[in-house]
Amino acid sequence: MSQRFRLAAGGRIERGATLRFRFDGRDLTGHPGDTLASALLANGVRLVGRSFKYHRPRGILSAGVEEPNALVELRSGARQEPNTRATVMELFEGLEARSQNRAGSLAFDRMAANQLLSPWIGAGFYYKTLMWPAGFWERVYEPLIRRAAGLGRASGLPDPDGYDSAQAHCDVLVVGSGAAGLAAARAAGAGGARVILAEQDFELGGLLLAEPAQAGWRAGMLAALETMPEIRLWPRTTVFGFYDQGVLGAVQRLADHLPTPPPSIPRQRFWTIRAREVVLATGAHERFLAFPGNDRPGVMLAGSAAVYARRFGVKPGETAVLFATHDAAYDSAFALAGAGVRMAGIIDPRGDSAAMQAAREAGLPVQAGSEICGAIGGLSLRGVRTRQHGGAGSEAALPCDLLLVSGGWNPAVHLASQSGAALAWDEALQAFLPGASVQRERSAGAARGVFGLAEAAADGAWAGREAAAAAGFAMDTSFPLPDAPTPDPRPYPLYEVKARGKAFVDLQDDVTAADMRLAHREGFGHIEHAKRYTTHAMGTDQGKSGGILGAAVLAEARGESLGVVGLPRFRPYATPVAIGAVAGEAVGAAYHPVRRTALHAWHEARGAAWLDAGMWKRPAYYPLLEERDPWDSILREARAVREDVGLCDVSTLGKIDVHGPDAARFLDLIYANTFSTLPIGRARYGIMLREDGILLDDGTTSRLGEHHFFVTTTTAQAATVLQHMEFHLASAFRELDVSLASVTDQWAAMSLAGPRARAVLARLATGLDLSGLPFMGVAEAEVAGVKARIFRISFSGELAYEVAVRAGQAEPVWQALIDAGATPYGAEALGLLRIEKGHVAGAELNGQTTPGDCGLSRMLKKRGDFIGRVLGQRPGLLDPGRPRLVGLRSVDPARPVRAGSHFVAARGATESLGWISSTTRSVALGGWIGLGFLRGGEARHGEELIAANPLAEEEVPVRICSPHHYDPENARVRG
Amino acid sequence: MRIPCPFCGPRDEVEFTWRGDASVQRPAAEAGVEAFHDYVYLRRNPRGWTQEWWQHSAGCRAWLRVERHTMTHEIRKVEAA
Ligand SMILES: [Zn+2]
Repeated sequence: MSQRFRLAAGGRIERGATLRFRFDGRDLTGHPGDTLASALLANGVRLVGRSFKYHRPRGILSAGVEEPNALVELRSGARQEPNTRATVMELFEGLEARSQNRAGSLAFDRMAANQLLSPWIGAGFYYKTLMWPAGFWERVYEPLIRRAAGLGRASGLPDPDGYDSAQAHCDVLVVGSGAAGLAAARAAGAGGARVILAEQDFELGGLLLAEPAQAGWRAGMLAALETMPEIRLWPRTTVFGFYDQGVLGAVQRLADHLPTPPPSIPRQRFWTIRAREVVLATGAHERFLAFPGNDRPGVMLAGSAAVYARRFGVKPGETAVLFATHDAAYDSAFALAGAGVRMAGIIDPRGDSAAMQAAREAGLPVQAGSEICGAIGGLSLRGVRTRQHGGAGSEAALPCDLLLVSGGWNPAVHLASQSGAALAWDEALQAFLPGASVQRERSAGAARGVFGLAEAAADGAWAGREAAAAAGFAMDTSFPLPDAPTPDPRPYPLYEVKARGKAFVDLQDDVTAADMRLAHREGFGHIEHAKRYTTHAMGTDQGKSGGILGAAVLAEARGESLGVVGLPRFRPYATPVAIGAVAGEAVGAAYHPVRRTALHAWHEARGAAWLDAGMWKRPAYYPLLEERDPWDSILREARAVREDVGLCDVSTLGKIDVHGPDAARFLDLIYANTFSTLPIGRARYGIMLREDGILLDDGTTSRLGEHHFFVTTTTAQAATVLQHMEFHLASAFRELDVSLASVTDQWAAMSLAGPRARAVLARLATGLDLSGLPFMGVAEAEVAGVKARIFRISFSGELAYEVAVRAGQAEPVWQALIDAGATPYGAEALGLLRIEKGHVAGAELNGQTTPGDCGLSRMLKKRGDFIGRVLGQRPGLLDPGRPRLVGLRSVDPARPVRAGSHFVAARGATESLGWISSTTRSVALGGWIGLGFLRGGEARHGEELIAANPLAEEEVPVRICSPHHYDPENARVRG
Repeated sequence: MRIPCPFCGPRDEVEFTWRGDASVQRPAAEAGVEAFHDYVYLRRNPRGWTQEWWQHSAGCRAWLRVERHTMTHEIRKVEAA
């Protein structure tokens, strides 16, 4: 079968070239210039999918973005894309598509039995029927519904394509390139304004593309536009969102029309457009009518059928009937008759009109005052039932394989509505039009109810001129407008023909007119409620074609006008956008920046295993060749610190320089303990609260001068703490004379820890007598010839010195310390050592704990204000029943305890007595140890409890002890 | 949304960090728990003009008091704290 329904001549397709493609395994052909839908129709393929809920056979309804039915799975493998609208998918060589939502073949879908269940799966079915019994939802109903309903399947594989994001700025953005859009762009560009003309189709021209008589005018307009230096013409670009302050979002498809997107160009580009002025020339979407069987394959929007005939040279059927409520739709009858389609009848509820007379004169059989009360057929349309409008008299059958439907036109007001403009009901046009502008935008042409090519072009020219003038580019210009007749677009207000059978108002979501009435009866009569209750207009088509039908049914049920009922609020995205385009380049390695310490290259050369700490890469441990298990390395490194000397890169800790005459006072307010009494040359551990009394962070702060402090924060909270300080300095403590600077990246810091730390450092340090530097002392020295700050502070519990040097000078100092005998140790060993020591870290400072919970109450200053002081005294935070920091040891030392487990009294018990925050294997004690928070705290030291982890199905006996597992007297750090 | 930073000029919102209501004042140290409770937890949720804190965190790091309309996101006044 080779394009049996392709007309012998006409259309914009390139007949000289042939494209091969496959649909459901069948090899078919089309031409460049086809969409997948037009190529399918050319091959006589009219059944293209099954419906969402009832699995009813569906065909191609439209020729554009409003398509609710013809959604297919495109491509295969990782590029498989579900729910692609065949009506906008540009045909390419080798295109592969499959119909969706069927069990078995498209012609025989086992799930079509759902139709028989339809009395039970109407609107609200999910909410009502499946409430009982409770457990059935997860196990029975949901899997069933998921299998039965739904549309296409995602590939489940990583997206192999690249995406780009970009910013664009212009004086005038014109959305849509039909007669109005072309005229607007030309009028706006004439005065030199920077204009962007965005068109979602792959060709500029909108409905002009289906008007061979206007080809000359279109070509002339495009030629004029191309000579303008400041204009950008963007086909394949969908403007999907109108946001605040003149920001619009658009997706430009760069490679979707190519067989395989080349790696050199992104598949799509996500544009953020900032426009001074916007012209919305988005046209209108034709609407269908609700009557039983209005979803049968072969039912098509009248205007779309004309587009297939005139733009694509395709005959969408052999014998057609037109069901229309207005004169403008008659053009489609003439177009199809001209294409050789037999017009079997024109069904029109009206008494008489100019178009009806013209049709009669042309020999087309017009049945005035009639309506269609049913479509006959299964997999394809076989005919329609007609009757007198209103239902009197008898029904007659009229055979046809194509039914053209037009109930009027819905101006595409999505973007105008998103921009904030209210919608206004126009009784004559039976349409919602954009109301007064809120932002700097105006609609033009059919988008604001100005129909007819000549009128739309004139309207566009006006809008373009006005937009340019508002942007400061006033220019009087004139150019010829298209010479075209003006059909009367005012429809007879008919939305639904009531008769026996399913009459759909939303084809994609399988919502019927009866569902809308049910929603009203059950108290969901507000348009927004009815939308959620029935899923009306919630599909990818957003109710572009049928949305107003549902509103009309609701209006009748409520006894109010459509203008009062209104439409659901329009929100971005106006048309579907691939998630990949939204993510843009920010995926994989580019998801976030990577921070590397000044010693990164050294760690890498040493073969470090990495730990991600926020954006930082930290060495987790440094495996030796013979070490297979990470624990081998971690325990060896920790043992080196306990018994000899180790060296750890601690550069990721946040570092903040605090300067100024009020620096000490400021720190007293920021920290819960006192810093104003700290002598110069000394360091002190500090804790910081949030204003609600919860611990925010901890760290060591040193006083380097009368008015100069050096604050360190945890790695994780560095940015939060700086912002917290800056905020309070700008607000509550603004009278203080203090300046803050983040110096995290300026300093490299290394912690030399272990009994031999002093001996190793003494060999390299000059200008400082280390034996004279007390615990918590700070001094300057030269280490390996490099100027350094030496802090005698310890996180590991051993004698330790933190050596800080300028970031650029870190590596020689580090190397010298290694050469002097220090063993490099990573973040895992550091964590092990601090758990042995009972020091709190991120797992304990988790945003829920207080100083009291962590055994730090004694640090709180008794006098003077500080952040968190007042609310930290609330009874709930001081409750002695709160879980307190404890240590724990696995009763069987070899049995691991998992962080996140809960303390329970006995095996099988479910009452949580607290939780375990950190665990590790210990070198000092042997076996597994940990820290946790336990109700009763200190009073329970010595008790045996169970560490329960129901997720891992673990119950591990643990003995409670002091959190200070190792050297509780703190003697070693002073050694 | 763009915020006109008094130091850097109009910049995109992605450069800023929102903090919330700028009309609340930290109470005096001795004001008591009720006053601090209100300061930390009680917020108006106006439909209309609101004064809020924004930090130009990816710029000059200044804290700004911004008057923003919650329905339109219009910004009518920005001043450095
Ligand atoms: Zn700034």
